[in-house]
Amino acid sequence: MRIDAQSLSIQQQLRRSTARRRALRLAGNAVVYALMTFLALLFMLPIFWMASTSLKLPQEIFAWPPEWIPSSPQWGNYAEAFGKYPLARYMLNSAILVVANIIGGLISVPIIAYGFARFEFPFKHVLFLLMLSTMMVPGHIKLIPLFWLYQKLGLIDTYWPLILPSFFGNPFFIFLMTQFIRTIPRELDDAARIDGAGAWGILFRIIIPLCRPALTVVVVFTFVWVWNDFLEPIIFLRDWDSYPISVGLAFFQGRYSVEWHLFMGATLVSILPILVLYFFAQRHLIGGLASIGIKG
Amino acid sequence: MLSTWRGMSPRERRDAKTGYLALSPWMLGFVIFYAFPILATFYFSLTQWTLVDPPVWIGLDNYVRMFTRDPLFVSSLKATTLFVAISLPLKLVLGLMLALLLNLKIPGMNVYRTVFFVPAVISGVAVSLMWIWFLQPDTGVVNTLLSYVGVQGPYWFWDRDWALPSVAIMSIWKVGGAAIIYLAGLQNIPAHLYEAAEIDGAGKWRRFWRITLPLLTPTLFFQLIIELIDAFKIFTEAFVITKGGPLKATYFFLYYFYEEAFRNFNMGYASALALFLLVVIMACTVFVYRTSGRWVYYEN
Repeated sequence: MRIDAQSLSIQQQLRRSTARRRALRLAGNAVVYALMTFLALLFMLPIFWMASTSLKLPQEIFAWPPEWIPSSPQWGNYAEAFGKYPLARYMLNSAILVVANIIGGLISVPIIAYGFARFEFPFKHVLFLLMLSTMMVPGHIKLIPLFWLYQKLGLIDTYWPLILPSFFGNPFFIFLMTQFIRTIPRELDDAARIDGAGAWGILFRIIIPLCRPALTVVVVFTFVWVWNDFLEPIIFLRDWDSYPISVGLAFFQGRYSVEWHLFMGATLVSILPILVLYFFAQRHLIGGLASIGIKG
Repeated sequence: MLSTWRGMSPRERRDAKTGYLALSPWMLGFVIFYAFPILATFYFSLTQWTLVDPPVWIGLDNYVRMFTRDPLFVSSLKATTLFVAISLPLKLVLGLMLALLLNLKIPGMNVYRTVFFVPAVISGVAVSLMWIWFLQPDTGVVNTLLSYVGVQGPYWFWDRDWALPSVAIMSIWKVGGAAIIYLAGLQNIPAHLYEAAEIDGAGKWRRFWRITLPLLTPTLFFQLIIELIDAFKIFTEAFVITKGGPLKATYFFLYYFYEEAFRNFNMGYASALALFLLVVIMACTVFVYRTSGRWVYYEN
């Protein structure tokens, strides 16, 4: 009897304490959710405000107190923005640059990384360190000599200055790809070699097909970087029509009297490709950044 | 060197040749995009050169001018240093705090991660334009919200004292990028260390200082270097939003370099500026690297 009663009370106590712990955890979670939601809303506020403005009537833009959500959203603003600014043209230019840079990266990076990952040769370690150290060299130092060089070659105001470097391998990608190839078992190379494949056959038939995750990182990062690039296009391009979207957008400001509702619409449209890419390729973007952060 | 080559078997030699061949695009790129520009910049910095005429050798005159009689050099260096001093620590600390939050094991955290990382992938131009509108003194969201609580908001980008902090605040909006790298570092810390510490009765705070922070120092170190280089290179925001103003308050070093080189075509002097910035960035990197032995903890 007594033992039973005791065990019952212990059971009750236990149940009560787990209940209390669960309640505490739930309360803790609620606090975390509230905090995170508040922060998330705060972070999204500039984007929300841009979207909201892009749907307003001109006279609503400067209304006070401001209207958070336009009562009659003007979807026609977007058509007007496309008509008024050469948005489509600029985005096409950016797309051309993105595709060309992706092609350059996909060709050069696997070959170079294959050399670092799979072959032994004198000075390999030194060259690898040299390659890593170039990641730390700020890009501005190249601008004047390259401008001079491109001018001599008649390449100013063409896309070549913005495309060529990708064919020589970006150090960040080479590093990432080298680390990735090192994780592919060498037995696969050996098996292919027994089947008569040469060094390049192994690269194209074994290594590259297995590198898809790393190649995706190359594609995604190139897309983001080239789409967002600003300094090099304003230096190497002269003709308004050849501007990529980043530069075009910056110059709308000076060229047109500022019609903020159209302007915010244009800005939103300009980041849409990046946002779409981001939502689909989040894993690769975050994974690529994370892997370099850990190893660095 | 040659003796190593001679000591290699034919197979090893063939491998080495393939290796060099595979590396050749990068080696060529290294010469064109790194070695040549750095050496050429050094040479140009010792000349007077406007692109039209060939460079004229003037020795150290550009450097003498830079260090003794160029108020713009001084003010742009001050603005840049101030920007680095404000944005770098804030970004490092807030990035870590955000990462700690995002690392909490509760359902739905992925959604928040997605949200906070968005600002980090948007272009500097789009962000700048968005923030011009966001921080409008009269009708902007921020000043409107401030007015609801009875605070008269500042003129942000259009105020001499507020322009630089405004640019810094805007750069902190991109803190999600840093947080993602911290997050990867956090998730790399073995769980058993926390379990052991909990058994020993270490509280949350103690666990953070004794386990999380020490094991995160390599990530912190990496982040410090990356953000340092990045902060020195602030340019787009000044170009798009403030044009260096008001009253040169946001006339950052790289913006000065850009105007000297590609607006005024003083290529010689601009080369000296470029080289100076390179040396400053390298010196900071080396300094951080040298002192890292004292505070960066490596497991191996």
